[in-house]
Amino acid sequence: MTVELSLTRDPAHIRHGSNIGQPMTRTDGVLKVTGKARYAADNHPAGMAYAVIATSCIARGRVTALDVTAAKRHPGVIDVMTPAHKPELAEDPDAKGNPFAFRMELLQSDEVRYANQAIAVVIAETLEAATEGAALLSPRYQVEIARVGLDAGEAYAPPVVGIGNPAEVRHGDIDAGMTAATKLTDATYQTPAQYHNAMEPHAMVAVWDGDRLFIDTPSQGMGFAQMRIAGLFGIPPANIHINSPFLGGGFGSKGLISGPQVLGIMAAKLIGRPVKLVLRRSQMYGPVGHRPPTRQRIRIGTDDAGVIAVINHEARVTTSSFDDFYEPAADASHTLYASPAIRTAHEAVRVDTGTPLFMRAPGEATGSIVLESAIDEAAFACGIDPLEFRLKNYAEVEPTTGKPFSSKALRQCYARAAERFGWAGRPLQPKQMRDENGFLVGWGMGTATFPAIMFQGNARAVIRADGKGVMETGAHDMGQGAWTALAQISADSLGVDFDQLTFRSGSSDLPDAGIAGGSGHTATVGAAIHNAGAAVIAKLAELATTDERSPLFGAGNAGVVARGGRLHRRDDDARSESYAEILARAGLAEVDATGSGAADAAAQSQYAMHAHGAVFAEVKVDPELGQIRATRLVGAFAAGRIINPLMVQSQLRGGMIWGLSFALHEEAVMDHRSGRILNANLAEYHVPVNADVPPMEVITVDEHDPHVNPLGIKGVGEIGITGSAGAVANAVFHATGIRVRNFPIKIEEVVMRLG
Amino acid sequence: MMNFDYVRPASVADAIAAASEKGASYLASGTNLLDLMKGGVSRPSRLVDVTRLPGLDRIERLADGSLRIGALVRNADLAHDAEFARNYPAVAEALLSGASAQLRNAATVGGNLMQRTRCAYFYDAGSACNRRWPGAGCDALKGENRLHAVLGWSEGCIATHPSDFCVPLVGLDAIVEIEGKGGRRELPLEALHRLPGETPERETALERGDLIVALRLPTEAKGFARHARYIKVRERTSYAFAVVSAAASLRIEDGRIRDARLALGGVAAKPWRAREAEQVLAGAAPDAAVYREAARAALSGAKPSGDNAFKIELAQRIVVRALTLAARGTPDRIPALPGSPFSSVAGA
Ligand SMILES: Cc1cc2nc3c(=O)[nH]c(=O)nc-3n(C[C@H](O)[C@H](O)[C@H](O)COP(=O)(O)OP(=O)(O)OC[C@H]3O[C@@H](n4cnc5c(N)ncnc54)[C@H](O)[C@@H]3O)c2cc1C
Ligand code: SF4
Repeated sequence: MTVELSLTRDPAHIRHGSNIGQPMTRTDGVLKVTGKARYAADNHPAGMAYAVIATSCIARGRVTALDVTAAKRHPGVIDVMTPAHKPELAEDPDAKGNPFAFRMELLQSDEVRYANQAIAVVIAETLEAATEGAALLSPRYQVEIARVGLDAGEAYAPPVVGIGNPAEVRHGDIDAGMTAATKLTDATYQTPAQYHNAMEPHAMVAVWDGDRLFIDTPSQGMGFAQMRIAGLFGIPPANIHINSPFLGGGFGSKGLISGPQVLGIMAAKLIGRPVKLVLRRSQMYGPVGHRPPTRQRIRIGTDDAGVIAVINHEARVTTSSFDDFYEPAADASHTLYASPAIRTAHEAVRVDTGTPLFMRAPGEATGSIVLESAIDEAAFACGIDPLEFRLKNYAEVEPTTGKPFSSKALRQCYARAAERFGWAGRPLQPKQMRDENGFLVGWGMGTATFPAIMFQGNARAVIRADGKGVMETGAHDMGQGAWTALAQISADSLGVDFDQLTFRSGSSDLPDAGIAGGSGHTATVGAAIHNAGAAVIAKLAELATTDERSPLFGAGNAGVVARGGRLHRRDDDARSESYAEILARAGLAEVDATGSGAADAAAQSQYAMHAHGAVFAEVKVDPELGQIRATRLVGAFAAGRIINPLMVQSQLRGGMIWGLSFALHEEAVMDHRSGRILNANLAEYHVPVNADVPPMEVITVDEHDPHVNPLGIKGVGEIGITGSAGAVANAVFHATGIRVRNFPIKIEEVVMRLG
Repeated sequence: MMNFDYVRPASVADAIAAASEKGASYLASGTNLLDLMKGGVSRPSRLVDVTRLPGLDRIERLADGSLRIGALVRNADLAHDAEFARNYPAVAEALLSGASAQLRNAATVGGNLMQRTRCAYFYDAGSACNRRWPGAGCDALKGENRLHAVLGWSEGCIATHPSDFCVPLVGLDAIVEIEGKGGRRELPLEALHRLPGETPERETALERGDLIVALRLPTEAKGFARHARYIKVRERTSYAFAVVSAAASLRIEDGRIRDARLALGGVAAKPWRAREAEQVLAGAAPDAAVYREAARAALSGAKPSGDNAFKIELAQRIVVRALTLAARGTPDRIPALPGSPFSSVAGA
């Protein structure tokens, strides 16, 4: 089984000018809208069986009985995988080999650690038989009382938060700041548990061939997945071939391979046939990560003029009973506002849920809505316009580290978005504005920020004898447009027209592109592509400039430029030679080179690197019924170089809708006794529908950042949610005078206080 | 595969015979029933598919001015029938405020009437629920119940009926035509859904085998067309069930309310007809004070069944709003955001 994933491109993608910066539509767009894009679960290898997970309906305890006989007796059932009957694993799934090896349930015991955990897998000839087989298992349990919610137990200080951040950070003298402050905002906020809910459920189609494994599965990190699977099954990573050309969204939940995906591989091994396993929507609420609930107390002290003297941001988060992931919510206060004293601290409570994981701006989102709300409160307490207050406390250097920013066009973001929104003249007092129909109108704002993160990624560039270019990288397209944006960078890096490029991606057989997360994929893989392209062009240049038969002879490496499939002398554009000619003369079928991208540690130690933005929101509130409706969102973002304005607009708009969702809609509701999630479906787990999404405007502010990476790319994937959530919440306050500190803002909180 | 019989009877009589067996269930478009089956909440041993039954998909104007709607008419087709929307605008608005366009295209009139509660514990096979398992207890009672009933509930069950459609209908004295083993009978819609009392598992007045064949709107129902609104507060603008809703239908003559019909949704196990409020309104001049009095009357018997005291206050305000808007006059066309408070002018 090989995977050739080069896409056939549409003529619409013929380039106009250079590729980077062009608003090309998606190269995979036609495939997607015609249903030809093959997602993991669309694969049906010959002889495939279906596996269905039986999940626990208790949140804590043990499984004492499973009626395997009944399940097996059901027509079509092939086998039932249980703790007593499963393939041997080479590694304990609870072993913590590295901080990213999150513990998973692979039927290693009869213990239940959260509701919706896998307790058996039924494998059958049809999906229906497997589904019924799973129901027939009728599990019995020994139930223990579930620990649910932020007060479920003793809080403790976690060892680290997020990815290795200290749980507590202190900068300056907090006590002195508190003493100096003449006005203090001291507020406690709560944010709910949220689930990623990517449209595409986690799916696995697994085929074993001896000790080689071929899998179709959506992945935001094929390299990581290979390593984990290799460890669990005791085979070399190179034996694992992952095919993941398209993801129907991931939002972090497909960053690391999850337990259910591995169960699909185990099932295939157990029965010696290809197996498909797809999670049901409800099964996505548990084993694939989530955003934990938080309770955050934030104190902001200012002087009378509204200058911040201290920020003390404390967060309590939940994590699972059996592993460690701590949402770094308070860290949002590290970078945005200047303050002589800043403290952030976290504490955690263990509960009977799956382990929370990275979800859409983990920490940044939860922290941002609270910080931006509290900043709004502080500005109001000082009687200062929220924008003016933010400008007054503008961080010229990163407050907690003192480092200069590699670039920071936040002032321009504020100015452009405020202008576009029409912020000027906003009354300071709430409940002052009504529309022509009598609805309360409120305007709120928030600052957006997200760190410019890079991982490690690689690419391989090839120039072929026909002069065409090939770029290979095992990158991940979660819908964000990697197939397009990375191909644009590839064409430029190879100096070929877009239609002369074959771009291969989405497979682990290609160079490891790291992880599509942290909004760092385009930056990381873009840099790898850029370097691979430069390296292969250097080889071509070497061939040409050292060959006296070439018109470029003697120009030296630095003396040529690559463009349109030719090398030109820098000092004499008329002297040029095509790639095909160079390779023909050298008698080569192709030249290739590899390149890698990673953060520049030296630059990182010198500079603070973040994308920034400003979001302005208008909401309307029914003065008696309390129904809230967002009516306008304007955001301006400075995120380094924009590779493809269309994709970037989509990312930022999507992010802003997440923000709206955070403020007004999204929440997983858990029964406090059983620990089961009561709205584990898309009907009742509310995300905004089209009718909730207001007219939106996204402005990108030019930013040339010479320090972040060779292409000057920051990330745009997650920043949109930050700032926006707070902006919407602040607009609700401005409309009503009611400060709701429990998110999402619910009707009862508003209606009962509207008077 | 979970095995069940599937039959597609050719006549109403065959359907009734097929559905009279224990464990049988009618299947219309399945937008509710199939979800329940997938979740293991309903496990019928036989599905009697009624969607091909002849003659049940018609909207008929009867000689006496009443309207007969076949049980298989799709929710969307009914709402978009121009004459229907003109004569019963609040019903059309309620229909269009429910579910999503795709669901409305599939859902039938009969299925909408007979849809089950959305109580999360009812859907969660692991929870105790008296409706699913008589005598098991009710996990909603001390659970997550901010959206549960405030009227007509019992300790045995605090669920609400989720239909939007039924709310204006019950105000208009709609009649349900039923065919069963004993022949044909009629029932006011108001008597179709039962309050839980001691027997929450008995959700409706239908007996085994009973098939709803049509819904009838009496002649007088048209008389409210000029002053009718449906207002629904929900947690997002579309594709969400009502937190609370109200349908107000008024007949105003010479500056007085001659006849008033008021019903509430999302507050009880049935669409809640507020007759006390109607009495307050009848004969009164339409003004804010009388609406408020009517609202108080409508909710006079309400009490919270959990964390939902706000619904009592909210319901009163929605009643006032629905009455205010109805008195102001039915809009020329159904608003772009049907049922939404934002489809109209706010405030009284
Ligand atoms: C995600 C979602 C959101 C929704 N939101 C809303 C909403 O906001 N407002 C709203 O009002 N509704 C909403 N609905 C419910 C929707 O209106 C119902 O599912 C639909 O009306 C049911 O019609 P159906 O034809 O599919 O019925 P089915 O699912 O086929 O049947 C439902 C029940 O009715 C019985 N039945 C069907 N026809 C007859 C008959 N003729 N005689 C006797 N019994 C019969 C069946 O046996 C079954 O028990 C929503 C549904 C979903 C899935
Ligand atoms: S409220 Fe009614 S439907 Fe809900 S759990 Fe209780 S008995 Fe069941």
